[in-house]
Formats: sequence, C-alpha cells, structure tokens
Amino acid sequence: MSRWMLWAGLSLLVAALFLASLLTGPAGLGPWNEIPALFGRGDELIAMVMREIRLPRAILGLLLGASLGLAGAAVQGFLRNPLAEPGLIGTSASAALGAVLAIQTGFAAALPLGLPLAALAGATVSVLLILLLAGSRGGALPLILAGIAISALAGAMTSLVLNLSPNPFAANEIIFWMMGSLADRSMLHVWMTLPFFGVGAPLLLATGRGLDTLTLGEDAAASMGVRMTRLRLALIFGVAALVGSATAVAGAVGFVGLVVPHLLRRAAGARPSRLLVASALGGAAMVLAADIAVRVIAPGRDLKLGVLTALVGAPFFLHLIWRTRSQGA
Amino acid sequence: MSLLSLRNLTVARNGRPVLSGIDLTIGEGEFVGLLGPNGAGKTTLLRAALGLLPHQGTSSLDPLTSDQRARRAAFMPQGREIAWPLPVADLVALGRMPHGRSPADGPAVERAIAALELAPLRRRPATELSGGEQARALIARMLAQETPLLVADEPVAGLDPAAQIKVMKTFAGIAAQGRAVLASLHDLGLAARHCSRLILLSEGRIAADGPPAEVLDADTLARVFGISAWFSMTADGPVFQPLDILRKEQP
Repeated sequence: MSRWMLWAGLSLLVAALFLASLLTGPAGLGPWNEIPALFGRGDELIAMVMREIRLPRAILGLLLGASLGLAGAAVQGFLRNPLAEPGLIGTSASAALGAVLAIQTGFAAALPLGLPLAALAGATVSVLLILLLAGSRGGALPLILAGIAISALAGAMTSLVLNLSPNPFAANEIIFWMMGSLADRSMLHVWMTLPFFGVGAPLLLATGRGLDTLTLGEDAAASMGVRMTRLRLALIFGVAALVGSATAVAGAVGFVGLVVPHLLRRAAGARPSRLLVASALGGAAMVLAADIAVRVIAPGRDLKLGVLTALVGAPFFLHLIWRTRSQGA
Repeated sequence: MSLLSLRNLTVARNGRPVLSGIDLTIGEGEFVGLLGPNGAGKTTLLRAALGLLPHQGTSSLDPLTSDQRARRAAFMPQGREIAWPLPVADLVALGRMPHGRSPADGPAVERAIAALELAPLRRRPATELSGGEQARALIARMLAQETPLLVADEPVAGLDPAAQIKVMKTFAGIAAQGRAVLASLHDLGLAARHCSRLILLSEGRIAADGPPAEVLDADTLARVFGISAWFSMTADGPVFQPLDILRKEQP
C-alpha cells in the first residue's frame, strides 16, 4: 500500500470518528440539531452542549490519541524495539505524580487548570532528571534504565501519597483520575494542550530520517551524518511534550502508544519515518473510538477511557505475540 | 591521493590505552585488511578514525562536519544490525541519507543493487534474508552512499565460504575502481588472498603494515597471534593456512 493511500484511509477514519464523537452523548439531541448548533445556529442550550462539552472532548481525543501514537512510534524507532512505549522515559509516571500531588494538596481544586499544570510540572522534572541521569549523548540503554528508574520512583511516590492520604475522598479522586478519562474537559484544556502538541509533534516528525538510519544501529546512523545528540534531545523533548500534556489532561491512557505502531508497521512498510504520521492518525482513531465506546457501552456509569484502552489493548497485544510466535519470528 | 590519514591516533578507556600512536595513510585503489587478535583495538581504530569515538591525535576526517564526513566515508559496523523488516531496496536507499533528496538517488541505489546482485531480493524484508544476503544488502547500502572510502568492521564474520569470497571480491572490485576499502578481518587466509595491503594490530599498536607476503611472515605471526602458519605464492595467488598454536594463553 502506498503511504498516501494509507494516510488518506486513516485520515478518513479519524474524520468519521471525530464526527461520531461529536454526535455521541447522554443528551440525545439528534444530529440535525447538533451539527448546526456547533456553528452557533439553533437552540442555545444545544449549542452550549456541543461547543463546550462535546467539541473539546472530541478535539482532546484527537490530540491525545495522535500524541500517544506518534510518541510510541518515535520511541520504538529510536530504541529499535517494538515493545517500547512512550511512558518508558518516565514522563507519564512523573506527570501522574504531579497531578496526584495537586489533588492531595488541594491545588487542583483551587485553580481551574491546577491539576494539568501540576502534571506538566511533574513531566518537566522527569525531563530534567532523564537528561541528568542519561545525558544527552550515549546509547539507548542508559535512556531506558534512567526512564525505568524515574518511572519506579514516581510510581512509589504516588503510592506514598495514596498511602498517607488522610482524606479518603482525595484518595478516591486520585484513583479515578489515574484511570484516564476525557469526560468533563473544557476548551481551556484544549488551549493548554495545543502548544505542547504544536512543539512536540514537529520535533518528532522531524526525527524520521534519523530513525530510518538508526535501523542499522547507532554507529551506522552516525556515519551517515545523523547527529545523534540532536536526535536524542529531539526525541526526549518531543515525547515529553506530547506524553506530558496528554497525561496532564487525560490521566494515564495505556496501550495506545504500544499497540498502534505495531498494528500499522506492516502497512506502513516498516520504515520508522513512514510509521510516524500513520501512527499519529491511528492513535487518534483508537482513542476517539474508545472514547465513543465508553459513552455507548455504559452511559450512566462513567467507564474510564484508560480502563477500556487497556482492556482492548492487552488481549490484542497477546494476540500479536501469539502470531509472532507462531510465525517463528 | 590519500583518502584517510591518521596521525598519532590514541584512544584511552578508563585511563588504560586501547590504541596508542597509530599513524597510517590509505590511498586510492587500496583494499586494506586490518588484522589482529581479539582486543587488539581493530574496532576502536575504525570507530575513532570515523569520528565515532573521542580520541587524541588526528584523523583526516576530524575537521569535517558530520554531513561532509558521511559523503567521504561509509561505515558498516560489526554485528550487521537490521532492526526492522525493511525491503532490501529501502535498506539500500538509506545510504542516500547524507546526500539529502537528489535526482541521483534512484540511479545510485540501482547501481548498488546491481553490483551486489540483489535485484531478485529487492522486495524481500531484509530481516528474513540469510546472513550472506544481509551482508550483501548492507554492503550495497554502503555503496549507495557513493563515498571514496568504505570502512567495514568484520564484514565476513559468520558467513559461509562462498559468501565470504563474494564479499571480498566485491571489496577488491570497489578498490580497483579507484576507491579504497578498509576492513577488519579475522580470516588471515581471505585477507592474504584478496587484500592489497594488511595492517596488523597488536595491543593497540601497529605491529606490521605492508603487502600480505610481508606482513604474514612467520616471526610476526608467532609474536602477534602465537601461531605457526604456512604461506605460499602459488599460481592461483597467495595461499595462507594457519597450522598450530605456538604458546599457551597465560592463565
């Protein structure tokens, strides 16, 4: 399949799911009322539902999915490992710790964007730590080890906060937040995420040719003129911007960054650069679909997005492993 | 014209010298085999010469930017890593990276594919090829880079005899076109037959440097490798056969 056909097909899918996401909600308003309301025509109440509840949710689904898919493809390409996922460099665990601290201290309730801002602060700390621990030079191994160490530390501190939480309501809120969701987000969240997406996505898309040459190893890539330090920094900052902002607005949504590049690798022709755009589109499609599903499957129960992506993602991943094994590869 | 020139190249790891005071110049038309026991510093020499490793002393490639360097020397690292199942043609095309996107890309890739007889394999995922086919694909990738100098770290390790001979003849052919090849090798017999010049490394220093018949003499082999060997110029060209171990390894 040519890359343009793949991109066009995935774009159509994303557009369709985006529209479906806009038209999905507990208030059955009917598409003939909903679409015009989006552009400010018709009933004012419907217009408010569409523009302040459904639209930000659909946009965030798109951005979250594209961020996770793109970051996943870039991390797998950089580490030359199909099992790598964007949380590997410690950003998502650190962002989660920031959010948890914000909930626990009441900072989240005091400011409208208190929680995501605290999560972004957590993500920033993780970037500084990874640069300190793994350095801007060197191979993949120090990066993986530093990422694991940071994730473990942030996870332990999150557990500590839960452990010592004097307030059961805060603990409850933390647990629910960590499951990942796009419910009740506003345009404010969209405006907060966009700049990070605007910086992170171009950084990662520009790594394409470098990632292609990395197929032959770090020495071969360097001998082909790839500036490894620059590539590594672009990867760290790009992934941190995308995954940090995604975690900040939506909590932990797993498996998207791991499964989507896998699914599309063959169709995209195995070249890491071809996989970047495809994986961003595929990630957006997966999150939009999952976010529609949580609303359709259990409308009154507030099923969490991250729970669903993991529930669908994990068996799918097992299936992939099974298929790889039976091929003897 | 010299394609690579190293002056007093020295590399230390944890304060211990791995490579000391290497001086050498490689010119057009040479196929240079870099020999030496395990740990003699062959890989270190190649990587330092290409600027992939911090070093003291100078390599003529040092002052160049990474792009300029990539247009002067191509490198095939040890281990022949291929991480993703790229079709062979795409893998070979990676060699065009240092040239940006240019109209010369297509013809250069096709020439490299033809030179290594890879046309029947061009759509096959490189990860599914045999070791010999993978080595040929990776050499084609170097060729597509169209550099005057090609550097390969153990390009024939693990290949069957036919594949080894094919690779060595390809390199000799490339050198004959007025380019130069520097390859580290363990098979002294192959090196003796196909290389125009051999450099023997021992404990980070050059122990011998010259045509195969000079470098592979009994005293040098005994001193550096601790082996005895039989070397003869036959009507079919030089033939070299290691015979026995002369001294036990120190415990």
